[in-house]
Amino acid sequence: MPFYMQSSPEIYDSSDRKLILLDEVRELVRYRDLLFQLISRNLKTRYKRSVLGIVWTMVHPLMMMIVLTLAFSHVWRIELPNFSVYVLSGLLLWNFFSQTTNSAMSELLWGGRLLHRIYIPKGVFAVTALGTGLVNLCLSLPALFIIMLANGLTPRAPIIFVPVAILLVSMFTLGCGLLLSTLVVFFADTYEMFQIVLLSWFYLQPIMYPIWIIPESYRWLFAFNPMSYFLTIFRTPIYDGLWPPAQDVAIAAALAVSVLTLGWWVFTRKADQFAYYV
Amino acid sequence: MRDAMIKGLENAEERRETGENRQPQPAAAVIRLEDVAVRYRVAHEQIRTLKEYAIRALKRRVTYNEFYALDGVSLEVYAGEVFGVVGRNGAGKSTLLRLIAQVMRPTRGRVWRKGRVAPLLELGAGFHDELTGRENIFLNGALIGYTRAEILRLFDEIVEFAELGNFIDTPLRNLSSGMTARLGFAVATAAHPDILIVDEVLSVGDERFKQKCTSRIESFRRNGATILLVSHSADLVKSICNRAVWLERGKVRAIDRAAEVVQMYEQQG
Ligand SMILES: Nc1ncnc2c1ncn2[C@@H]1O[C@H](COP(=O)(O)OP(=O)(O)O)[C@@H](O)[C@H]1O
Ligand SMILES: [Mg+2]
Repeated sequence: MPFYMQSSPEIYDSSDRKLILLDEVRELVRYRDLLFQLISRNLKTRYKRSVLGIVWTMVHPLMMMIVLTLAFSHVWRIELPNFSVYVLSGLLLWNFFSQTTNSAMSELLWGGRLLHRIYIPKGVFAVTALGTGLVNLCLSLPALFIIMLANGLTPRAPIIFVPVAILLVSMFTLGCGLLLSTLVVFFADTYEMFQIVLLSWFYLQPIMYPIWIIPESYRWLFAFNPMSYFLTIFRTPIYDGLWPPAQDVAIAAALAVSVLTLGWWVFTRKADQFAYYV
Repeated sequence: MRDAMIKGLENAEERRETGENRQPQPAAAVIRLEDVAVRYRVAHEQIRTLKEYAIRALKRRVTYNEFYALDGVSLEVYAGEVFGVVGRNGAGKSTLLRLIAQVMRPTRGRVWRKGRVAPLLELGAGFHDELTGRENIFLNGALIGYTRAEILRLFDEIVEFAELGNFIDTPLRNLSSGMTARLGFAVATAAHPDILIVDEVLSVGDERFKQKCTSRIESFRRNGATILLVSHSADLVKSICNRAVWLERGKVRAIDRAAEVVQMYEQQG
């Protein structure tokens, strides 16, 4: 008997949509090799082209850090010890968020041509974006580590919270990526609109300035920015060497779970229609 | 091309006439469509931006044209059949195949299918010009759902069928279109699917490629695979299909033995 007759036949039933949220997860597990391939393709096209590619991942945030540090400490004369560590940790987290959400959209648009032609679990594209973003983030952590040491900051025990912070921000980012890539299928200008949102969002949060330069009467506004909780729980262990405040961790976790659930729910509901549109 | 295909499958036809033509025990259905409809909603004025949508929605002026690409289609395809789909351009043939390949879900009704599908809807969908043949085999294989282990096992066979030889590590953009087409076909069919879906793909490539593909399709059929075939060519459908459906503007005009359906289609279509 030929090998292909031995495998149990796959059954597809379009009316069987009871576990739609879980089905998509199961399909992603089945297509894990595709995920690895797409992620490594992204990394390869980024790092293969130039030998400097991998260096660039670290150099880019470092250059931004240097410019911002000079600007803030010398031009605006903001006094914050180890300012470069403060800026760089915020930048890395922000770059992760903005790059991943953007590439979730562009991956889906790239895949759009395929979605007319072959069956692919559509969540592949957002998860690919997340995987690529995570690898890039991890590749730039050594640079952060070096800057810490250069500033005389040695990592303390709370540093072990960083992976938890990355996990939570990943869930939040994936949720946002799923929502945005659903929108971009139906409305082509989502991508451009989101760039404007990102740009103003970037300046409206304490990434390159400390929160205390904002007048007390406006500071409550920052509580509405979901990103500020992720910044806090990621940065506190690195910059302050302290455990992040329990309240911020709780809010960040609640945000991560709810945004991911919402994103996954909207995405799986709407994904059936993608082939009609993309 | 048609001639090549007919020639390639003539033997099959003979076999069916002589030995296998007696009605087999009621064969098991491997594809079943129940009252299936696919509705495209085309907005009266194309709304493709958030801005426009927000404005229109506020003014409550989002209206759609509803258009049924398929409507009330019910049919069954049995294990081991070669099933043809005929109809004019825009009749809904490709839409029907997309439903079965799970590329899209029906707006209404139910699509049921059993077995692993190789959708030859568009060969080489997902190929990257900058990647080499080898890299494309892995990427494309993963796109159509093979695991890495499967691709590794099938790799040599794919390369052999595609006749890539020394070009395996050459970027795709430097290969001839014939090579690319062969590679697409080789990857899509490498895992010996239970159901093969062929949507006019054999109209590309050179004569030898077509012959090669035809004989591979034929060998799948001998091994018990079910084949769905869309073709412009009524002769081709008549000569290699057991049964066929005639679609007209999304509705079923006839389902019967291929020869009879094609005859009706030629006389009335
Ligand atoms: N994404 C889409 N949006 C709107 N109409 C579509 C879309 N795709 C196909 N159609 C229409 O559906 C009908 C059936 O298309 P198709 O199944 O490709 O026909 P065939 O393959 O028989 O030529 C055609 O009239 C086509 O214009
Ligand atoms: Mg067609």
